Amino acid sequence: MDLHEFSLRQLREGLQKRDFSAQELTQTLLKRIHTLNPELNAFVTVTEAAALESAARADDRLAKGESGTLLGLPIAHKDIFCTADVPTTCGSKMLKNFVAPYSATVVERLDAEGMVMLGKLNMDEFAMGSSNETSYFGPVRNPWNTEMVPGGSSGGSAAAVAAGLVPVATGTDTGGSIRQPAALCGITGIKPTYGRVSRYGMIAFASSLDQGGAMARSAEDCALLLNAMVAHDPRDSTSHPAAASDFLRGLDRPLQRLRVGVPEEFFGEGLDPEVAAAVQAGIDQLAKQGASIQSIRLPNNPHAVSTYYVLAPAEASSNLSRFDGVRYTHRSSAVENLDDLYRQSRYEGFGAEVRRRILVGTYVLSAGYYDAYYLKAQQVRSLIREDFRRAFAEVDVIVGPTTPGPAFALGAKNADPISMYLADIYTIAVNLAGIPALSLPCGFTQSGLPIGMQLMGDYFADDLLLNVAHRYQQETDWHLARPNLKAGEA
Amino acid sequence: MDWEVVIGLEVHAQLNTATKIFCGCPTAFGAEPNSHTCPVCLAMPGALPVLNGAAVDKAIALSLAIGAELNRHSVFARKNYFYPDLPKGYQISQYELPVVGKGQLTVQMADGSEKVIGVTRAHLEEDAGKSLHEAFVGQTGIDLNRAGTPLLEIVSEPDMRSSAEAVAYLKKLHALVRYLEICDGNMQEGSFRCDANVSLRRPGDPFGTRAEIKNLNSFRFLEKAIEYEILRQKDILESGGSIVQETRLYDANRDETRSMRSKEEANDYRYFPDPDLLPLVLDEARIEKVRQSLPELPDAKRERFMQAYQLSAYDAGVLTAGRDLADYYESVADGVEGKLAANWVMGDLLGALNKAGVEIQDCPVSAEKLRLLVQRIEDKTISGKIAKEIFEEIFHQGGEIDAIIDSRGLRQITDASAIAAMVDEIIAANPQQVAGFRAGKDKLLGFFVGQVMKASQGKANPDQVNALLLERLQKPE
Amino acid sequence: MAFDQDAVRRTAHLARLALPQEEVPAVASQLEKIMSLVEELSAIPTEGILPMAHPLDLEQPLRPDQVSNHDERQRLMASAPATKHGLFLVPKVIE
Repeated sequence: MDLHEFSLRQLREGLQKRDFSAQELTQTLLKRIHTLNPELNAFVTVTEAAALESAARADDRLAKGESGTLLGLPIAHKDIFCTADVPTTCGSKMLKNFVAPYSATVVERLDAEGMVMLGKLNMDEFAMGSSNETSYFGPVRNPWNTEMVPGGSSGGSAAAVAAGLVPVATGTDTGGSIRQPAALCGITGIKPTYGRVSRYGMIAFASSLDQGGAMARSAEDCALLLNAMVAHDPRDSTSHPAAASDFLRGLDRPLQRLRVGVPEEFFGEGLDPEVAAAVQAGIDQLAKQGASIQSIRLPNNPHAVSTYYVLAPAEASSNLSRFDGVRYTHRSSAVENLDDLYRQSRYEGFGAEVRRRILVGTYVLSAGYYDAYYLKAQQVRSLIREDFRRAFAEVDVIVGPTTPGPAFALGAKNADPISMYLADIYTIAVNLAGIPALSLPCGFTQSGLPIGMQLMGDYFADDLLLNVAHRYQQETDWHLARPNLKAGEA
Repeated sequence: MDWEVVIGLEVHAQLNTATKIFCGCPTAFGAEPNSHTCPVCLAMPGALPVLNGAAVDKAIALSLAIGAELNRHSVFARKNYFYPDLPKGYQISQYELPVVGKGQLTVQMADGSEKVIGVTRAHLEEDAGKSLHEAFVGQTGIDLNRAGTPLLEIVSEPDMRSSAEAVAYLKKLHALVRYLEICDGNMQEGSFRCDANVSLRRPGDPFGTRAEIKNLNSFRFLEKAIEYEILRQKDILESGGSIVQETRLYDANRDETRSMRSKEEANDYRYFPDPDLLPLVLDEARIEKVRQSLPELPDAKRERFMQAYQLSAYDAGVLTAGRDLADYYESVADGVEGKLAANWVMGDLLGALNKAGVEIQDCPVSAEKLRLLVQRIEDKTISGKIAKEIFEEIFHQGGEIDAIIDSRGLRQITDASAIAAMVDEIIAANPQQVAGFRAGKDKLLGFFVGQVMKASQGKANPDQVNALLLERLQKPE
Repeated sequence: MAFDQDAVRRTAHLARLALPQEEVPAVASQLEKIMSLVEELSAIPTEGILPMAHPLDLEQPLRPDQVSNHDERQRLMASAPATKHGLFLVPKVIE
């Protein structure tokens, strides 16, 4: 097995045993990135020199006998996390040249662990998208089939992990942006309970929905990373005081007496039959491992997409007002007065999807419409949360498909924004409620595209989700499959 | 034709916390541009607000002081609009659920009457930065040091019916925030700003359309702007026109209000609860702690002064208008007669301070010194007149009172035989005036008193001089 | 519901987004589609349901009133498009 195929745990063991050094590991991955990234376009920025320096420092610490869990291990960050002195673009022309003077809390925490950052990962512009096609820096390609999208908005993170460019990556999830690309790229991704991962330095899209999370090739690797990511942060008012946990403890708990709920609403029309079959097989596997399966209802789930497309654009329209050409963003040169400065800079700096969502958000908040749309959506959001409350009184984990279909062709859904929005039908309710959810591979289509299964848990049941996924991965090998990418391929 | 003016005031008081409302940047005035900034108040991507507990405590203090409803549960909302001194493109404020609800302020009018003015609400919000339009050609410079400074916006009910009432309310509120030490009240520097809503109506009719006057940074300007508005609106209404609801600026140079360059449509602020902040919940322990730390408030202090120092309502009112003056007075009055101390503080001291343009905080005569001076009058060491001379000297040049008295021999002459000798001398030297007085010209007494005082270089005890002169003059030869 | 061109222009102005005339019809049509998607919310019964603003039932934490930031003007203004004498520059604002 090559270094780029090692799990995080195997890499850690290797470093501790001095089978290889952090620098060697870093160099191996950088070489792979150089070879494969030109086609995949997963990385926006590769921080080669800094990575090697960081790896050298890690090797020193390892030599001194330090044994931190993540010391010397490679990481790459979705380009939505501010990284001091390294560009943070958020996939946008607006921030093309932006170098943050500070790092996000998540980045600081992983730095402090001694992780080696290889670079910043491509994403849908300002996290708005489900295919990583809206990035100013060009689309990301799915390593399993480079004519296909990797999913979004954390498409670069998913593709990089799937292609073995980096063993773990950070992502963010507002309506499914970790889970959906994880499913389309055949990897594991977890969006934790809202409030567990600090949003400080994580560029805001929809503040009450955004959450940072981990993406890797196994639940265990996700748990390793997530452990270091969750903590209370006094710089984020929405950070939960009891955020921290040890997700490794209890990872191996057997699944006997686990109550699994399968939502009726998730297996209706619009679900690709191959996906349905693979997910059903996954559910059967859980039953085989001791879980009891029952049908549940999430009656308001059909309203999740509408609710989301009022609330998320509304919050985003306000969050993105700071990008105005004045203090650190792209500034138009065709400017005669202040109004021009704003309107032109923002028109030039933002892509079409972002502009669309800002307009929708501005509209639903505007005078006369607040009650009909925004307030109404907040009420439906309550109903959706109630559905989950009722469900989790009966079951421990809810299982279903992550996406209605496998990866689709680049450009296939660009004509109609709505068709893209409907791809989020299974993931969005989770963000509206703020509960944790995870996607893991559970099969492939006939054409070799990955299929993902989604696990949802009650608030603070993140460890249970990782436990169930880990136990499933101990008995199955979907997560061990690798896309056929030759390092020599152009 | 009878018109009634209806006035409501909106005051923005900058809270004197050490740091900004949502970040740990200092609020100190006068620093180099943009040196008191950070990612949060510069609205950098990913930066998030965290609420300053001291700003909350100051809002609680105001609420308690005006007997207002204190909302245990309040929400921060975003007020969205674009302006260069507003880095986020929205101001974090409070909209539907402010921290302070209905309260009231009782104001004392010049004629001694009292009026209760309602306060509708008060809420916390952040200040914007500063735009410098004059510094550069064709460009405006933006300094964000002030962006994020905590403000308490205090909105009155439209209860005022004259410019005098409006000024009285504003002065009372101004004194109150300084008493509470929640705001330094510096109107010139912009830490206490007032906007006035003014409309006219026929008594009994519903409220008329109002105009909002901004840029009122002194009590005098408030008064003049309102007076101008009353005339302006009266003119329009009496000629059959109607008032445009608009924002106007007061121009102190021309003593008029002018319409601000019209904004094409009323701003649509798209208020919604700020998702980066959680609901503000006040617990009883916190409220109680603020209550315990409240100073004696102006009205209570005024009552106490009237009782303890035997002062009139008016005198007590003047002395308690500001906390510094009240503290000074109490120190002077500690051990001397209250009314005498009041006369000296209100008369000689305030007079000298006003003339020199000096504030009470910078008074060159300490309260202890003034007290000593008053004691020397009370114990008859010096006369009131001599005391005034000594006061002038120590105010402008300093010095020690007893030392001055001794070195210049200013001790009052109280010895009866010495005074008698002087009185007899003056009587003997002015036979015509003596005759005139005895013939009925009572006012000539003043002449004799003046002569004796002059002869004694002002040191003779005036009461004794008076009494003895009368005795001698009334006695027929 | 109709998303007419006036509504698009007004909204674009509120959001300070330029909107070239030739793009207005297409944008209006896309926004109309999105608003149709969202319209279905109006049929959902929500009498007496409290709006949900945050996933977690937490209260706003309060921070002590202590200075924790230092003058980092150089660093913070390093990405600024236009500055002079420590000020951010914008085209002259007419009050």
